[in-house]
Amino acid sequence: MAETKTIDPKETAATRLWNWLTETQVWKSVFRHDRPDSDRTRVLVMLSNVFLHLHPVRMRKSGVKLRYTWCMGGMSFFLFLSLTLTGLLLMFYYRPTLEYAYTDIVALREHVPLGIMREMHRWGAHAMVITVMLHMFRVFLTGSYKPPREFNWSVGVIMLVLTLLLSFTGYLLPWDQLAIWAITVGSNMARATPFLGHEGPGAALLRLGDVPLIHAYDDARFALLGGSFVGEGALLRFYVLHCVGLPLVIAVLMAVHFWRVRKDGGISGPL
Amino acid sequence: MADDTKPEGTQPASPAPATPVAAAHAPRPAAPRPPAVPLPDLAGKTTTAASLGGGAAKAAAAPAKAAAAATRDPDDMSPLLTRRAWMGLAWGAFTAASAAALAATGRFMFPNVLNEPPQQFKAGFPNEYGMGVDERWKEKFGVWIVRTPDDLVQRASGFYALLVTCTHLGCTPNYLSAEGKFKCPCHGSGFRTTGINFEGPAPRPLERARIVLADDGQLLVDKARKFQWELGQWADSEAFLRS
Repeated sequence: MAETKTIDPKETAATRLWNWLTETQVWKSVFRHDRPDSDRTRVLVMLSNVFLHLHPVRMRKSGVKLRYTWCMGGMSFFLFLSLTLTGLLLMFYYRPTLEYAYTDIVALREHVPLGIMREMHRWGAHAMVITVMLHMFRVFLTGSYKPPREFNWSVGVIMLVLTLLLSFTGYLLPWDQLAIWAITVGSNMARATPFLGHEGPGAALLRLGDVPLIHAYDDARFALLGGSFVGEGALLRFYVLHCVGLPLVIAVLMAVHFWRVRKDGGISGPL
Repeated sequence: MADDTKPEGTQPASPAPATPVAAAHAPRPAAPRPPAVPLPDLAGKTTTAASLGGGAAKAAAAPAKAAAAATRDPDDMSPLLTRRAWMGLAWGAFTAASAAALAATGRFMFPNVLNEPPQQFKAGFPNEYGMGVDERWKEKFGVWIVRTPDDLVQRASGFYALLVTCTHLGCTPNYLSAEGKFKCPCHGSGFRTTGINFEGPAPRPLERARIVLADDGQLLVDKARKFQWELGQWADSEAFLRS
């Protein structure tokens, strides 16, 4: 403990520096606990840190075994952080317009130092879809979706959808033929949205006399694309959703997800 | 009920507010009457010291309250709205404002002006077209204009306008003139120049658009009106322009 200082003649300079540093007001205002060398201080470390407090204070020994968790949730989180960082860097060069989108992507490869940045983002995105799927698979196999964890399973399902949507919206941004036609095909699914898609079930019921309320210019697909086909409106909307909208939602849900792991009794034990 | 009676106990002189909410509380008008009519559900709730004091205070203030029943006393400082009614009003207003903001956000996603090619356009004069598939409007308006000596359905010579949207998943097929067919690059669907599908995953023929002669003699194509073969609509007079 810091209060019980003993003068040790063999005390090194580094120890003295450490002791002085941990007594300064700046240090004490940041870290409101002593060195984590007891159960109490270790708990305080977790509870007094906004990032660590999402994490369980204690966990089962089996909970950290690789063969039990596969670390796929952790890998997904790591990939999300990596994608956020590389994506942020890509935003310094990429412009989401018909004129520049494709050439900016080419420039990111050809003209920008560390042209690998875009590939890291792309491969990281593919990897994240895989790790999220495997994480879900592991949680299913270990029965970790059962009470009291059914709420966290549902949050996870929503985050799986958000991961796929992030992948989908990012796919359009290179604005090459593959991107345009993939999104053309993919966004056509929104036509079949119940009631809100103009070819979906129930949409024909929403009409005033002969005037349809849901048509190709005001349905769910139109809201997604900002037009009746994949054009400049779609590129901008997908860009905004990809860079701001979806990451914001998934970040909030991740906080809930991690916190809920703690509240539900930590990582589930072996069956 | 106990919460309501506590202020009465501390401020015995204040008359009851003449609001509907106050009128809804039974004990106030009931208090001056002979004590023969205590409501059965009140009996269990009037046992606390505070409410007993409140009951006594109300009995003392009863004559003044009866006089002021019709109009509000000018010295009456009690609030017109109870705290509960005020909170209800505030939450109602907040909910309404939030719903309006949500609706406005949804409407915001649908612009009033759309920078897209019009659905209807004039495609030039009939004599500008030779026999076969014409690709000049494909890029801008998404339409092939085909001139045929003998239409599949109408058994006459003339024009029809094929929409360039593949009926499988919405890609744009290419016209392969050497093979006389439309071929979709996405999944390989193939269509005859009539629009009939014959290979690949496309479930139905290409759609035709309305084609008529405008007043000035030009071809007028209207993509808002579509004709589907499988619904027998290609026999419609506006699905094919005889000439």
